[in-house]
Amino acid sequence: MKKLLRKDNIKNLSSYILVIVAFVVCQILIGAKAMPSMYQSLLIPVCVYIVMALSLNLTVGILGELSLGHAGFMSVGAFTGVAIALALKEVITATWLLLAVAMVCGAIMAAIFGVIIGIPVLRLKGDYLAIVTLAFGEIIKSLFTNLYMGIDPEGGFHIGLITKPEDLVEGSKMLINGSIGISGVQKISTFTAGFILIIISLIIIFNTVKSRTGRAIMAIRDNRIAAECVGINITKYKMTAFVLSAAIAGAAGALYSLNYSTISATKFDFNTSILILVFVVLGGQGNMIGSIIAAAVLTILPEALRQFADYRMLVYAIVLILIMLATNNPTLKMFFDKIKKAIRFKKKEEAKEDM
Amino acid sequence: MEIKDKAKMIPIPSSGILNENDIGKQPILECINLGIEFGGLKAVDNFNLTIGRTEIAGLIGPNGAGKTTIFNLLTKVYQPTHGTILLDGKDTHNMNTVQVSRAGIARTFQNIRLFSNMSVEDNVKVAMNNSMNYSLAEGILRLPRYWGQEKKAHNKAIELLDFMGMADVADVKAGSLPYGAQRRIEIVRALATDPKLLLLDEPAAGMNPSETEELMHNIKKIRDEFQIAVMLIEHDMNLVMGICEGICVINFGKVLAKGTPEQIASNPAVIEAYLGSSDD
Repeated sequence: MKKLLRKDNIKNLSSYILVIVAFVVCQILIGAKAMPSMYQSLLIPVCVYIVMALSLNLTVGILGELSLGHAGFMSVGAFTGVAIALALKEVITATWLLLAVAMVCGAIMAAIFGVIIGIPVLRLKGDYLAIVTLAFGEIIKSLFTNLYMGIDPEGGFHIGLITKPEDLVEGSKMLINGSIGISGVQKISTFTAGFILIIISLIIIFNTVKSRTGRAIMAIRDNRIAAECVGINITKYKMTAFVLSAAIAGAAGALYSLNYSTISATKFDFNTSILILVFVVLGGQGNMIGSIIAAAVLTILPEALRQFADYRMLVYAIVLILIMLATNNPTLKMFFDKIKKAIRFKKKEEAKEDM
Repeated sequence: MEIKDKAKMIPIPSSGILNENDIGKQPILECINLGIEFGGLKAVDNFNLTIGRTEIAGLIGPNGAGKTTIFNLLTKVYQPTHGTILLDGKDTHNMNTVQVSRAGIARTFQNIRLFSNMSVEDNVKVAMNNSMNYSLAEGILRLPRYWGQEKKAHNKAIELLDFMGMADVADVKAGSLPYGAQRRIEIVRALATDPKLLLLDEPAAGMNPSETEELMHNIKKIRDEFQIAVMLIEHDMNLVMGICEGICVINFGKVLAKGTPEQIASNPAVIEAYLGSSDD
């Protein structure tokens, strides 16, 4: 039992605690009306980006493959979620349930896309894989900018690519309207839902890593040939990690889209994919708590820099460079290592005293 | 196909010195006319070898002779272009690396290939993946089957590590251990797949004499305890002559000699291959 309270378990536990504490503090601030409305409107996007960073970290940090099209899965989840929410608006009246159903459907659809994309992509390695995921992100984006979907008054679905479906009769409702996307979305996302999604993502990722599946995935990352030689089915486990990552991103996408009244595919472009990758790299590959902090800080930062007006993005870029330099500074790293060692030494001493 | 049929007609050549316990039993490994060409270069050619179920066999030869290539052929890292490999009587013709591993061949690598960012215990547990069968969902939800199988795996991993005297480093990151310890962990990891044949690629490389002594003891212990066959590539002649029951010498991808350590040590062709022919 003592083992359960060691190193990586403590790290995982601290991730949960950080998220829970942050949630409670935010709720108290909202309750006391002490939080500016600007920050309050950022709460859901922050949750979404944290989940996106966590899910991408599963691909980049745990599986060890660079993916540049992660926003594509977010987009699949977003459109599926919104379409489901619009279609089921009358059937399910409880908004929390509608949101949950939308997120689950978004995750399932993103997982399906993950499988379809994974089959060709996971045959590749390294840089090639990264470029192909980039291409797939763009394909998904242009797919959704050209997708038309409507419901006729009898409840039948009509789907068209590039042009509106011709058989759509008068009085039917457009769900997805090409490059305009979806409008008239009911804003049903809540901060609590975002918090729950983060916790669920953390549970999924941490428990996967500690299972035989996670070990197999990390073994492939560390040494593919050795993994094969101990009987690890490379394709199967790569696919598992990739699809899991896509599904989590899909759920986050649904949550994101249901926070705005309109949604269009251009919101999930290459820049978004790179932004998420920045969170992961900055937070440290494979380091979930780092991803959480990086995603939160870098989502809030541009808004907090509004006082710099036109220089906002310039300052943002400079801050980003400074953080990267600081976290990769060898002297600083040594300094942190020393602190870590000192703490560990102290613990060992204590353990000895206990005996 | 023609080559294969021809191969079947030739009686299986063996080193002929099967371990006493293995006489009359199905050999664990039979290579028949095994060969591979890389664009016309015959890296291994006409390689024939039989290994008994509990034999410790040595594969020696000068640098570049094709020793590691043979290991790569046996584990299907390379697909052989000629010949047949029979593992426990079964043709591995259609198998890939993963299937061969499940069929019972485990190996270590000349340039250590550990999962260096994972703990020593996890390295060993990765190799037990196929002996566990709980699903990902059970793993995420931590259902009873997860706990049961994980506990079993933990106990077996510690037991195997203890067998090689490494249980105290179970929690350490594998990549941060010294060279000799990493080699030992590779052996433990290979054993964790429950093999019938263990291939060791230069297990004593980079070890000092006392470590080598311990390794020899350990290899014997592995054979006796698990009743498996061990085939090793090694340049340290003390080790090879000390523990191998049969030795196969190869040079330029071809078998130069086969026999007991005594026969090999006095074989003029072997001495010539290692030391070069005298000019006189």
